[in-house]
Amino acid sequence: MSELKTAESHAAPLPGESQSHEHPVNFENYLRRCVFIFIAILCATSLMIWISFLPEHYTWAAKVGMILTVAAANAFVVAGFLMHLISEKKMIYTVLAFTVFFVIGLFALTLYAMNDFPTGTTH
Amino acid sequence: MDIPYTVQPRPDTGLYNAKLGIWLFLASEVMLFGGLFSGYVLLRVGADRWPHGWLNVTLGTANTVILALSAITTLLAWVACKTNQFGKFKFFHACTLLLALTFLGIKSYEYHDKWIHYEIKLNDGTFADGHLVEKSADFDLAKKTGDFTIHGRIVTDENDLYDLRAQKDIQLKEITVPAADIKSMENYGPWHNTYLALYFTLTGLHALHILGGSIVIGYIWGPGRRMWKKNPAQFTNRVEVSGLFWHFVDLVWIFLFPVLYLT
Repeated sequence: MSELKTAESHAAPLPGESQSHEHPVNFENYLRRCVFIFIAILCATSLMIWISFLPEHYTWAAKVGMILTVAAANAFVVAGFLMHLISEKKMIYTVLAFTVFFVIGLFALTLYAMNDFPTGTTH
Repeated sequence: MDIPYTVQPRPDTGLYNAKLGIWLFLASEVMLFGGLFSGYVLLRVGADRWPHGWLNVTLGTANTVILALSAITTLLAWVACKTNQFGKFKFFHACTLLLALTFLGIKSYEYHDKWIHYEIKLNDGTFADGHLVEKSADFDLAKKTGDFTIHGRIVTDENDLYDLRAQKDIQLKEITVPAADIKSMENYGPWHNTYLALYFTLTGLHALHILGGSIVIGYIWGPGRRMWKKNPAQFTNRVEVSGLFWHFVDLVWIFLFPVLYLT
């Protein structure tokens, strides 16, 4: 525990300044960015709805694939810009790398079990 | 006693403790919802028929927009704290709370809509499907007394109730069914079929997250705001951490909406 230091050993932060990000924060810049993000989310949502109403010669499998691709892009915008994941600390990326690894494992097990799916789920 | 690293980043992690804590918590949440989505995939691939068009896309879209807007207001509340504009923080956090309550209100309406939606198997082999209008006072399915009135339609094949997207101009009318004509009946609760079980489980858990997040955000906006005067930097970090949770809840909905409403 020798590496643990208390808050008193650091300079006190300025009011409202959490020091969690190195870059200065500007309200107007963020507001502008938020407007763009909101428009992007609206566009992605509209696109997903449009895809879901494509004519019947597009199979549901194709529609699901396209919709999930758009949803993933939408999620990237939210995670990247609203959660600041495009410029985060290495520790957070490490935590997320482990998470992604285990989630992929979870879905891989599901795919592995596809030929052995439970009975009685046919409706 | 002072809790260390509530404001300053720890030298070894580069983060203040609450931020690392929330990310670890979110990692566990990803596994929780990942398991449920994984179960969804398994059950859907195993099903030989799957409902389409059972949910109201307009309401789902409205909730998507509401949640996206609330994610924006949460971020702006944090930015307001960072730039020492406490008045703006109060405004944007109040907006987040109102939007969260609106989301829950719409979700409650959707749940109620499913609760009063019945599929009735009739003795002649046909199916009456629709929303409850009226149930006579003496209605008793076991004793075969009374009438059950729905606003819906009668179909001969149960499969016709599954893909509503493929059917054009569905005519609905008021239908009164005597209890004596009913073989069995069930509302569109989670017990009705696999799709609805997944719908209620996934959206119910998500709604609980919305509720939990609203309580935390409400606390920070209400009694917790006293900290702003004593320790604004720590308060700002609290706003950031609660905001990260809120964005995660938005992320989950970004996948729930297409998976349940659109596909």
